[in-house]
Amino acid sequence: MDPAFPTCTQKIVIDPVTRVEGHGKVTILLDEAKQVAQARLHIVEFRGFERFIQERPFWEVPVLVQRLCGICPVSHHLAAAKAMDRIVGGENLTPTALKMRRLMHYGQIFQSHALHFFHLCSPDLLFGFDADVAIRNVIGVAAKFPELAVQGVMMRKFGQEIIKATAGKKIHGTGAIPGGVNKNLSIHERDGFLTDLDQMLVWARGALGIARDYTLSNLQMLAPFGSFESSHMSVVRNDGAMDLYDGNLRAIDAQGEKIFDQVDCQDYADCIAEEVRPWSYMKFPFITSLGPERGWYRVGPLARINTADFIDTPEAEAARREFMALTDGKPNNLTMAYHWARMIEGLHAIEKIRDLLLDPDLQGADLVVKGERREEGVGIVEAPRGTLIHHYRVNHQDQVVMANLIVSTTHNNEPMNRAVQKVARDHLSGVEITEGLLNRVEVAIRAYDPCLSCATHALGRMPLTVELLDHAGRVLDTKST
Amino acid sequence: MNERRETLLLLGYGNPGRLDDGLGPALAAQVESLALPGVAVQADYQLCLEDSEAAARHDVVIFADAATSGAEPFSFQRIEPASCLGFSTHALQPEAVLGFAHQLFGARTDGYTLGIRGYAFNGYGESLTDQGRANLTAAVAFVRRVCGQGNFRDLGEVEP
Repeated sequence: MDPAFPTCTQKIVIDPVTRVEGHGKVTILLDEAKQVAQARLHIVEFRGFERFIQERPFWEVPVLVQRLCGICPVSHHLAAAKAMDRIVGGENLTPTALKMRRLMHYGQIFQSHALHFFHLCSPDLLFGFDADVAIRNVIGVAAKFPELAVQGVMMRKFGQEIIKATAGKKIHGTGAIPGGVNKNLSIHERDGFLTDLDQMLVWARGALGIARDYTLSNLQMLAPFGSFESSHMSVVRNDGAMDLYDGNLRAIDAQGEKIFDQVDCQDYADCIAEEVRPWSYMKFPFITSLGPERGWYRVGPLARINTADFIDTPEAEAARREFMALTDGKPNNLTMAYHWARMIEGLHAIEKIRDLLLDPDLQGADLVVKGERREEGVGIVEAPRGTLIHHYRVNHQDQVVMANLIVSTTHNNEPMNRAVQKVARDHLSGVEITEGLLNRVEVAIRAYDPCLSCATHALGRMPLTVELLDHAGRVLDTKST
Repeated sequence: MNERRETLLLLGYGNPGRLDDGLGPALAAQVESLALPGVAVQADYQLCLEDSEAAARHDVVIFADAATSGAEPFSFQRIEPASCLGFSTHALQPEAVLGFAHQLFGARTDGYTLGIRGYAFNGYGESLTDQGRANLTAAVAFVRRVCGQGNFRDLGEVEP
């Protein structure tokens, strides 16, 4: 018997969590009075990708690491390429290389945020948490709001085509190489994107409006939903601006006071450590100076809006100001505000894409630089789901001898667990458990847009089974979708 | 007056980094090199919603994937559009992609699945097993035979 489990309990298992990527399981333990005694998000699959890439030639890594995930391969591609830039001494990229990589990255942000908003979370927002599970999915959205479903598809397609043009392929491209890129953007490719750009801007503004209006209209219900005060961390530019591709690390506490600021990404390990807990394959990172108990933090769209001093594109900056005004300029700690923040970033991404497409440097021919060879490199990007850290050591035979990846979802491990606990205690204690109530737990997890296969460095598949068990492990009820 | 020529999309999907799971993309690469008239080719890691938009632009779509069990060297079956979801809308089944093509884009695209039998999936590596490679060769020959004439309706079935 697991000594961590209280006796005289019922155990509810949401296995796996739906509409997230990878394999997750939620267990909720009820005591005899049907009060929630414990709630945890478990990650139940593990394959050691970091070991797999050891002894491989370092120049293969930016391509290999994309095998981690079919959802955010570009983020892994770029983080690994940035680390390998350091290995070849080529971190000061040519203008063409830097802007091609940025274009690739903003294409990834745009399509990923569109997918999550329109197809993964919109069923909850449009139909309500308690709606019939038969319609509370993207098929229901397609039936009742077909124009939104089509927008989501077309926005995702636009972002994917940007990725294809910059990386060579939509999935698992080769565009970024150590010290640069292997192609530029042709005038023909550029003009194709410019044709669709205005429509994308219109749809991005519309999506932001939906997310903002939903949050403000339901603020009383959403404010306590899975919410708690926390620290936040992201990369920011030297001047404090949001920068999703490059910059230095900044962490703030729940009141907005800086815990650390402008930390060089090469020194991330001085500020962040990882704790292992026996019941999950996913590690628990924490800010070293605060320790494992108090040092956990959030990453991703909400954290990035909270940590940045400003956004350097006008429409997204106006939206950020409106967002921050809700909390009088202090960090916003509403878990469900992730959706609003995510759509601010979606608008920011398409503004950046517009600016980049109009930049003639994208047609430059100077693609690669090299410098003094190093044996160690760290690459960090702000992936759609949050800060993504790739750290490698390479020997004199050009083989990778150490790899450490801290992915966005891993940073959010403790916050997601806290969100699960909060929702479970607020909504599941002392009541008859229904599918709609259980969905609330998933709604809180989905706000983070977790990629659990990334977090465990595995590829997962999962049909949904929800089991209700008593303290002796007997199945009392099973729900499936 | 010339009739509009029918077009076919061959969509090969899977993870080339997971051994025989790469059979779908490998098929896509080989068929693309054949440059069959009227045949467009696309390789994906997994099927996603935007594939429905691509499918809607063609008369016929073939979803080619590795099969973990079933007929050797491959099976080929007609599918119907369906409103079915797997565990996550990050990845869809062929029937769902076809369903979204019909529902969202008003298409009348016909759909088929081509399941190439594979044998090794639980590992990392960009290589195919010998038997998987042989099955791939047979599948490429099949696609060349049924799609090489430019008439894509009623492609028939190869039972699993």
